[in-house]
Amino acid sequence: MIPTTVDQATLSREARVHPGSVVGDALTMTWRNLLRLTRNPELIVFSTVQPIIFVLMFRYVFGGAINVGGGIPYVDFLMAGVWVQSVTFGALNTGVGLAEDLQSGLIERFRSLPMARSAVLVGRTTADLVRNVFVVIVMTAVGFMVGFNYHTSALALVGALAIVLLFSYALSWLSALLGLLAPNAETAQAAFFPIVAVLVFASAAFVPVKTMPGWLQAFANHQPVTAVINAVRVLTLGGPTAGKVVSALLWIAAIIAVFAPLSIRRYRKVA
Amino acid sequence: MADATIVVQDVRKRFGDVVALDGVSFEVEAGTVLGLLGPNGAGKTTAVRILTTILPISEGRASVLGIDVAKHPESVRLRIGLAGQYAAVDEVLTGRENLRLVGRLCHLPKDESGARAEELLKRFGLSDAGDRSLKTYSGGMRRRLDLAAALVHRPPILFLDEPTTGLDPGSRLDLWAIISELVADGTTVLLTTQYLEEADRLADQIVVIDHGQVIAEGTATELKGRLGSTHIEVNVPLAQIDRARGALASVGEVALADTANGVAIQVADSGPAVIAAVRALDAAGIDVEALAVREPTLDDVFLELTGHSAEAEDAEVPA
Repeated sequence: MIPTTVDQATLSREARVHPGSVVGDALTMTWRNLLRLTRNPELIVFSTVQPIIFVLMFRYVFGGAINVGGGIPYVDFLMAGVWVQSVTFGALNTGVGLAEDLQSGLIERFRSLPMARSAVLVGRTTADLVRNVFVVIVMTAVGFMVGFNYHTSALALVGALAIVLLFSYALSWLSALLGLLAPNAETAQAAFFPIVAVLVFASAAFVPVKTMPGWLQAFANHQPVTAVINAVRVLTLGGPTAGKVVSALLWIAAIIAVFAPLSIRRYRKVA
Repeated sequence: MADATIVVQDVRKRFGDVVALDGVSFEVEAGTVLGLLGPNGAGKTTAVRILTTILPISEGRASVLGIDVAKHPESVRLRIGLAGQYAAVDEVLTGRENLRLVGRLCHLPKDESGARAEELLKRFGLSDAGDRSLKTYSGGMRRRLDLAAALVHRPPILFLDEPTTGLDPGSRLDLWAIISELVADGTTVLLTTQYLEEADRLADQIVVIDHGQVIAEGTATELKGRLGSTHIEVNVPLAQIDRARGALASVGEVALADTANGVAIQVADSGPAVIAAVRALDAAGIDVEALAVREPTLDDVFLELTGHSAEAEDAEVPA
């Protein structure tokens, strides 16, 4: 027999948030997103090939023309730019994935299930972080193959890669917000692309900022992509690290602090 | 109603300036099916979204199993299942993976969510397709999987938002059979539909809404008796048309015919009226060329109730 009333004790027990299920639901959603990724091998291939092409292209096409000075081989200078460039453009996946889930009505289903509400966003951004770990490792391997070398320590290199990944995670939240605001995946993509294109190309990614016109230098020197690249460069090429690393971490923290709450708020609103 | 499982009391919902629900009230008795009938944009989906805790309520109260949807959404979600018109299942995953995913999100233990997935695939005739990506599923299979996903945690209350819209007739019949079975097992169902036939087949009670307001309610028979009307139309040689009209006037009220050589009458009950009409025409010696019976449609009901057609109303409520 179906109970027609539920007592107060049961209601308050059910309303309680169980930390275990918050983590569990986020992991389940991460699993779902990664499983989707494995079903789309073309996406894995192309999203990995693109950064590899960038490594090779910049290394061999521009490597001869661009002199970064200080006796540093261009490939060593380049890697920081390519890592950050790849995860920056790759962050698009978060917003596109959420926009697709919204469009298909899947998010509606998730919202009607007795699951933790945070799991959709956390699972999405976590899955994208895992994907980026893979992409960054592949790029680093290719980098070593074409002559990249770090001038510091293995530990500093790991620290540099960790900053790249943290930055990718922060950008996922910006992308998530655009994905939740956009009426469809195509619009999310169109909204995201110009923002990151400006951030990546008007940065220290591929050329030293001092080669740019003054007005552009002002922008390029004061934006997150440059801050993160500078931190990664000092960690891989050497130099005074503390200030640049702190500046990168502050940018990352600020992006998360702004866009995670906005995304969560937007997610609560969208139907 | 002593045993009301879903209670909606004077619920209003606004999206900015747009009023999607304008003081809607109805109740659903335990173990029965309520059909929420209305054209696109009437507010059906908004009502379902409110009852399934997806949307907050602007004014009024709604409860499921005596649980207030605004105050205790978590408790409501534990006891309801939702299958939507857009078949909200993951296109990329397989049928089995989709059901396991929902099982895990409903916090079934791992082996139990696996077992439940098998059970539901079997029940919905999807066992063979269980390991295929949904991209290979037909529309009907997708809807069956969507419905299966809504049942994973064995909810006593089921919300079906236009479960058969866009399906071919065969798949629609399959789905109707499944829904009837669930009701026979004791599930309470709230179903939205644009099809009078569907409400007629499945619903114990029907609530008709338009522009966010309840404009009629009752059983299918009550509504049809009150609102729609069955038309009998006969085609006769033009020379006999006046005589035919005279003969049929004794059976029902003469109505506008669809064709030049047709005579139409409006009757309350199709069966006995057809026999009476045939007898009257035969007695008058009319050479009947064709006879057609047209049952009332949703459109007739709407025309009767609102003065506008159901089909013309395509305005979508913004989400």
